[in-house]
Amino acid sequence: MDASTWKPSRAEPSWLARLFDYKPFLIFICLLPAIGLLLAFLTYPLGLGIYLAFTDTEIGGNGEWVGLENFISLLDDRIFITSVWNTLFYTFTATVLKFALGLWLALLLNHHIPFKSFLRAIILLPYITPTVLSAIAFWWIYDPQFSIISYVLVDRLHILDHYIDFLGTPWAARWSLIVANVWRGIPFVAITLLAGLQTISPSLYEAALLDGASPWQSFRHITSPLLMPILAIVMTFSVLFTFTDFQLVYAITRGGPINSTHLMATLAFQRGIPGAQLGEGAAIAVAMIPFLVFATLFSYYALGRRKWQQGSDND
Amino acid sequence: MATVSIRAVRKAFGSHEVLHGVDVEVADGEFVILVGPSGCGKSTLLRMIAGLENITRGDIAIGDRVVNNVAPKERDIAMVFQNYALYPHMTVRDNMAFSLLLAKAPKQVIDEKVGRAASILGLTPYLDRYPRQLSGGQRQRVAMGRAIVRDPQVFLFDEPLSNLDAKLRVAMRAEIKDLHQRLGTTTVYVTHDQIEAMTMADKIVVMNSGNVEQIGAPLELYDRPANLFVAGFIGSPAMNFVRGRIEGGSLRSGSVSFPLPPGAPAGHTGDVIYGIRPEHLRLDPQGIAASIVVVEPTGSETQVIMKFGDATMLGETRPVGAFRERIADTPGATLHVSPDTSLVHLFDEATGARLN
Ligand SMILES: Nc1ncnc2c1ncn2[C@@H]1O[C@H](COP(=O)(O)OP(=O)(O)O)[C@@H](O)[C@H]1O
Ligand SMILES: [Mg+2]
Repeated sequence: MDASTWKPSRAEPSWLARLFDYKPFLIFICLLPAIGLLLAFLTYPLGLGIYLAFTDTEIGGNGEWVGLENFISLLDDRIFITSVWNTLFYTFTATVLKFALGLWLALLLNHHIPFKSFLRAIILLPYITPTVLSAIAFWWIYDPQFSIISYVLVDRLHILDHYIDFLGTPWAARWSLIVANVWRGIPFVAITLLAGLQTISPSLYEAALLDGASPWQSFRHITSPLLMPILAIVMTFSVLFTFTDFQLVYAITRGGPINSTHLMATLAFQRGIPGAQLGEGAAIAVAMIPFLVFATLFSYYALGRRKWQQGSDND
Repeated sequence: MATVSIRAVRKAFGSHEVLHGVDVEVADGEFVILVGPSGCGKSTLLRMIAGLENITRGDIAIGDRVVNNVAPKERDIAMVFQNYALYPHMTVRDNMAFSLLLAKAPKQVIDEKVGRAASILGLTPYLDRYPRQLSGGQRQRVAMGRAIVRDPQVFLFDEPLSNLDAKLRVAMRAEIKDLHQRLGTTTVYVTHDQIEAMTMADKIVVMNSGNVEQIGAPLELYDRPANLFVAGFIGSPAMNFVRGRIEGGSLRSGSVSFPLPPGAPAGHTGDVIYGIRPEHLRLDPQGIAASIVVVEPTGSETQVIMKFGDATMLGETRPVGAFRERIADTPGATLHVSPDTSLVHLFDEATGARLN
């Protein structure tokens, strides 16, 4: 064969090569590790939890399938009803406070103020402190005898004549927990909202200024609509975290006094582990799912791009 | 409509002064362009007129009113930003209507004004789109529409065309000038592009590192630049600068002699810069010998990059000639050119000041 008649030969690809060229197979292969991890670490415990909720399993014993019995008994369980109500109140109040204060802080930090970077670092402190540690600190702050707040108000400033019992009555304890949660949650809100604020071009504010907007009008017509997409995301996460909060409450009050500050998460643990009623604990935990699904659906719609966000950004 | 007076204005950011005493008078209805290299303080000056930067020293007056302490929204000016600064979450209509809405104008008035501005700018089909759904040129028009709707005393433009591609820029240039002729509103326009300045302005203010170098009509600056900076900045291709000394009725640079213009200071000692625009050199068999380096035909004319023997040029530049003739010679060949002596500019090298 001379050079003029030679043609490049194309070997038939082997079946293996063809398999790897087959897109659905490739997608399956590439997703396999992720699906495996999800199955092992997410689906299995979740599935087991849901299964346990329909049994009367106790620690150390094999339970029987009891159907909806656990849930039915929860319906007239005073403590459970209180815990649901507490969780909703705790989540709602703490979220409102966190966002009001967090947005205020973010707006402050977005201006040119002295020691700005130092303040930003300080603000993150509550967030990087381990929760249990800050919970213990709050426990100490709320102590009936050694509370620093009582000490300052009574012994130093002489504003009050008796020590405050922060954790002794249900309402005082609920508000005390909310304050601790807000303190801990503000950095997340403030820093993420600050990041959102910084994506808003300063020239928009200048244009609004020339268009005759007052600072309040700038906030209402420029800042708040442009911050809304990120605010919705942060709000969803904050609601999820607060709703499922366990550490702060368990470390500070353990659900007391007389079970009046239990959240669903702490009650589930209380019943399931120290109380050894695994089935019942699991049922309480499963009862949280509808609420969480609702919050997630909300985020799904809030995350959807608004009409004005579609299209290209380049000039 | 109104005049704008900028009197001995200085601006410092902290201890760093960026404007060192600027005086500019803008007549009623005039189109004035501030032009200068990047960082010379044009935007800062414009933002001071708008009220977005405070005035360190001096006065700015709009009409008869000194506005140093007047809030931006009270100054009755409208500004078009370099990045357009369109509100991304508002439709074109709402972007244009925003200022009227804040001023609590009746809906009927808003619709009428927005409609009129949109039709002037050809934006009517896009009123319900969001800025992201528009092309660069359309966004630029919306930014102008937002200014027009306000019907202000003064329009301020900060490099409004620099984000557009070359072709669109030329088209918008004509459109803005046409708009100014129709509306007759006093306009201060900032650009770093001298061609934009030459083609659009009634009056050009050439700035350089915080100082005004020269103020004048475009052709005044072209014909009689007051100093070396303006001479080099205005005109394209840029003016050729030969460095030499005046000796015996001509300018000598190395062993090459260049003919002096009428009115040259014959007795001037010290280094002189001899400026001649490429288009003011002509082919002349009796002229100065120049060897060709590169020939660049553009069709309407031929630009030739050359070398005048051992004459020295200012900086690292090479002399350029722009000729109406087509030139068939190749690099290395010798060309004879002579300057139009009535159009030669002489500058003192040390001070940059004009000598003739
Ligand atoms: N807010 C500011 N703070 C400090 N320096 C500034 C500020 N704005 C502008 N400058 C400085 O002022 C000078 C002029 O800037 P500018 O007016 O934007 O120039 P131009 O618009 O002519 O390119 C530059 O040296 C710039 O660094
Ligand atoms: Mg600028």
